[in-house]
Amino acid sequence: MKKPELDEKVERVALMRKQLVRVLDDDGQAVGEWVPDLSVDDKIAGLRDMMTVRTFDARMLRAHRQGKISFYMQALGEEAIACGQQRALRPGDMHFPTYRQQGLLIAAGYPIVQMMNQILSNEEDPLKGRQLPVLYSAKSHGFFSISGNLATQYPQAVGWAMASAMRGDTAIASAWIGEGASAENDFHAALVMASTYQAPVILNIVNNHWAISTPEDFARGASATFADRGYGFSIPAIRVDGNDYLATYAASQWAAERARANLGPTLLEWITLRRGAHSTSDDPSVYRPDHESEQFPLADPIDRLRQHLTALGAWDDDRHESLQREITAEIETALAEADSHGSVKSGAVPGPATMFDDVFAELPRHLREQRGQVGE
Amino acid sequence: MPSMTMVEAIRDAHMVAMEGDDRVVVFGEDVGFFGGVFRCTQGLQERFGDHRCFDAPINESAIVGAAIGMAAYGLRPCVEMQFADYMYPAYDQIVSEAARLRHRSAGDFTAPIVVRMPSGGGIFGGQTHSQSPEALFTHVAGLKTVVVSNPYDAKGLLIAAIEDDDPVIFLEPKRVYNGPFDGHHDRPVVPWSKHPLGDVPEGHYTVPLGEARVHRAGSDLTVLTYGTLVHVAQTAAEERGVDAEIIDLRTLVPLDVDAIVESVAKTGRCIVLHEATLTSGFGAELSATVQERCFYHLEAPITRVCGWDTPYPHALEWSYFPGPDRVGRAMEEVLAA
Ligand SMILES: Cc1ncc(C[n+]2csc(CCOP(=O)(O)OP(=O)(O)O)c2C)c(N)n1
Ligand SMILES: [Mg+2]
Repeated sequence: MKKPELDEKVERVALMRKQLVRVLDDDGQAVGEWVPDLSVDDKIAGLRDMMTVRTFDARMLRAHRQGKISFYMQALGEEAIACGQQRALRPGDMHFPTYRQQGLLIAAGYPIVQMMNQILSNEEDPLKGRQLPVLYSAKSHGFFSISGNLATQYPQAVGWAMASAMRGDTAIASAWIGEGASAENDFHAALVMASTYQAPVILNIVNNHWAISTPEDFARGASATFADRGYGFSIPAIRVDGNDYLATYAASQWAAERARANLGPTLLEWITLRRGAHSTSDDPSVYRPDHESEQFPLADPIDRLRQHLTALGAWDDDRHESLQREITAEIETALAEADSHGSVKSGAVPGPATMFDDVFAELPRHLREQRGQVGE
Repeated sequence: MPSMTMVEAIRDAHMVAMEGDDRVVVFGEDVGFFGGVFRCTQGLQERFGDHRCFDAPINESAIVGAAIGMAAYGLRPCVEMQFADYMYPAYDQIVSEAARLRHRSAGDFTAPIVVRMPSGGGIFGGQTHSQSPEALFTHVAGLKTVVVSNPYDAKGLLIAAIEDDDPVIFLEPKRVYNGPFDGHHDRPVVPWSKHPLGDVPEGHYTVPLGEARVHRAGSDLTVLTYGTLVHVAQTAAEERGVDAEIIDLRTLVPLDVDAIVESVAKTGRCIVLHEATLTSGFGAELSATVQERCFYHLEAPITRVCGWDTPYPHALEWSYFPGPDRVGRAMEEVLAA
């Protein structure tokens, strides 16, 4: 597929909202204008990021089954999108994620043990046990505090990007949303702001085809695609194969360069599939067709990048298995460490008095009084 | 009489209301095919078809806004917010529109809708699956607000709410969906099948809006409460050997002032109990009402036991939740005063 110039007129990229940008073909060859400039080492790093996310998720699900944690949400099958985009952006940029972008943290090198401390809500939890598991916050790694309320982050990302532009900064923002939550008012509010002020922001819609039990068409309505949403706001919008690591990198880089060149917002619809349950509280067998994953036309992102590296002669089964062993060991070590700091289930959590910290910058009188009562 | 969980009772109320009146329609996020994330609408789509029970896009303001429009047409929508914590996008539609439509149009248009929402904590839901926003509704002129505590009331009140000609906010404390929670999270859950209020009659009946229920009669002091804390108050009274009269208010607006006055006039002591944050909570309204109406009967200051003025913390849930210990201590203090 054609790769447009960064400043291509919006009318001329309009059709891309109906098409699909891909780089990897079915044989694992990188083909076409969108092939990104990535070295073999970069690609191996991408593979490692995705495998780490998957291994991390599997281990956390097991921890949930073991009764160690109260809740978890995995990104099974969608790992390429966050991992690829993180590597295409720069330190200093700010992501406004949902609960399914753990790949952003992992690809940014955020300490895995810190993620686990948050999930366990233990004494070392950087968020002091306040937030539901996986609702991380990591400003140091360009990761805005995740809200439980869907879509609120979308206009906030636009505002962050506007502020960066207002200050003559080159940092850009990236907004994330699921296709289901794109039905919210805040999504549309963000598009109007981004369009009016031509904010340097990437507007990601992760179309994993499900919003808990409702299929994507409930949010999409009569439009053909979610990328169509950009058209009415004159925001260039492209649909991308979200299971193709090279495409996720290339499209993210294109959108980021447009933002950095002050060419305004770009909307990216990522096509993927939520292969697992919505969360540990969900039972998809009630609403999902059997064998949906096997029939989904876009193959697994890890398998595809692995196949590509193998086709390049840069990878083989031994290397893959040894990388997997290394990652598994890394995750087990991190979990052992996090576990030693307690958990919400063991009761080794931050002390009750800490609940009153950070409600305000300074503790007002009424909270001082309440803090005095809580320990009684 | 069949025994039901609160989820089953709510489902049954929908069935009865939809059976009896074809203007009743039910929709919300994951409400149709799946039957709701708490399964409160399970089976409705199958039974009544997808014109009467259907899934909505994730847009709470559209859900309530559309419900208002349908009501203006002549239907009786009963919609679900997946969690009370997610009603905020709908708040403008609820407050500026549903609540005032009758008044601003001098009765020309009305909004007989029900907005159901699971509320309250105790399930390790963190700050966005635990809130009790009842005071944000009771403060608004034109809204009726119900908080249920058990299956029997839930069914009767939901049918009454659907039949009511005004907008009703219907809060369902999720911690008591499956059993009367005694406040001790470390003890096994008692199912509704072991509780008399789990006995739910078949077919149509209503519990009128605006009538409180004496959950436990007593003479030492009055506890004014609703939702989950009705059961917590009972535990505290039993554990401390306090002969508390526990009033389950059930409907906050309109409030059953007579029931409150009658009880406090008898006991002379009053504790106000809710899970929502203390400051500007509904407890302040209750406390003012008791002061205005029962001042000369009071033998001790009115005491509020509520959630702290912080967001609901995930790991510290049980330090936040006003459990039997805090309630019991307050009872002893009020008796000693
Ligand atoms: C305002 C609001 N409404 C409802 C919810 C409940 N909820 C949480 S996730 C979810 C589904 C979101 O689906 P989608 O946006 O497609 O993201 P995905 O889970 O597929 O990544 C819903 C309805 C919420 N968190 N916030
Ligand atoms: Mg989705």
